[in-house]
Amino acid sequence: MNKVVQNAEEAIKGIKDGMTLMLGGFGLCGIPENSIKALVKSKAKNLICISNNAGVDDFGIGLMLQGKQVKKMISSYVGENEEFERQLLSGELEVELIPQGTLAERCRAAGAGIPAFYTPAGYGTEVAEGKEVREFNGKKYIMERAFDSDFAIVKAWKGDTDGNLIFKATARNFNPMMAMAGEITIAEVEELVEPGELNPNEIHTPSIFVNRIFKGVNYEKRIEQRTTR
Amino acid sequence: MLSKLQIARRIAEELKDGYYVNLGIGIPTLVANYVPKGMEVTLQSENGLLGMGPFPKEADIDADLINAGKQTVTTLPGSVFFDSATSFAMIRSGRVDLTVLGAMEVNDLGDIANWKIPGKMVKGMGGAMDLVASAQNIIVAMQHTNRAGASKLLKELSLPVTGLGCVKKVVTNLCVIDITERGFELKELAPGITVEDVRNATEGRLVVEGDIPTIQIS
Repeated sequence: MNKVVQNAEEAIKGIKDGMTLMLGGFGLCGIPENSIKALVKSKAKNLICISNNAGVDDFGIGLMLQGKQVKKMISSYVGENEEFERQLLSGELEVELIPQGTLAERCRAAGAGIPAFYTPAGYGTEVAEGKEVREFNGKKYIMERAFDSDFAIVKAWKGDTDGNLIFKATARNFNPMMAMAGEITIAEVEELVEPGELNPNEIHTPSIFVNRIFKGVNYEKRIEQRTTR
Repeated sequence: MLSKLQIARRIAEELKDGYYVNLGIGIPTLVANYVPKGMEVTLQSENGLLGMGPFPKEADIDADLINAGKQTVTTLPGSVFFDSATSFAMIRSGRVDLTVLGAMEVNDLGDIANWKIPGKMVKGMGGAMDLVASAQNIIVAMQHTNRAGASKLLKELSLPVTGLGCVKKVVTNLCVIDITERGFELKELAPGITVEDVRNATEGRLVVEGDIPTIQIS
């Protein structure tokens, strides 16, 4: 079984109009830059994107918004993006805002074979509208469901050709759960090595969850808030 | 009155040795600057870092190492990275000892609103709803009144709620308040502020008992 593809264009084959995609990253940290650029080129439309944030105007998922490729964003925070705001206010774009921990857990549940779970986050707020409420040990919880997605696209630091992945620093964020959750999971990595070169003790995502892997190029790794002491 | 820095400094007095602490964006972030000497406090950043260090020097900037405010940061000896599900597992299971966050409104039941203003572009709740639903100990840092001069310590919230019955303490530019079953219990006054000033600026049930000490801050 060969999981290695040559580039992002090949990796995203099969992504069609109207599909649901998970995209890893927190802000612009740990986003699958190469795959996003390929998606922009592919002109796939009416996509539903599950990602903690929506990029900035000229980078990350913001590039897909510029191309009017996104029908709906499912995120926890979508600030810092004028085009996003414009499309939202004009009704071109739908948004579903979800508490960040719930977003992470809905990905994790999808990858763990768990259809739903109870969380206290959002109880008593508009997030709970229409959801089942249950009390456990005197505290109220709302039921949240695992996400369904067609593709998960993640970015790792190192990977081997079998699909094992290691993430770096806080670029890990949502990537490991999304890697587990995709119907098809695409991983782009900075360094692609042969099986055996990664220490099995240090692997974060086991290869079984990854379907396609490629070595990304020209990582920009933009910084949103460059702060120094 | 307390400045933003002084609010942060007063909140820092609530820290205890060994605490794991999550600091929100704005005034709460400043609390990290006032951890008392010799005290070990570990900062949790919900994007996946426990043991957050200070901002980096220019030469040490790493785009893969940021905090939940998307600012570049550093690690410390003992720091650890993890995924977002693990991060919120720490939060939901009550292992974070203290959460400090900002608010637009708080009511005298300890409900908080800090994520959405109807009619304005909604950016999202980020991790705020998870934090307020589970944290054992939440301190709100905010101005006592809004820009129009209206109280932010209310009987009933006017804005969409973020979490119910979760805020235990509020530190504002005017005073320190504990939230109990009786409402807003006035505990300390900022220098130059009277009980009457607080009363005028507080819409919710205010409880004033005995002599209220003045916050000692340089």
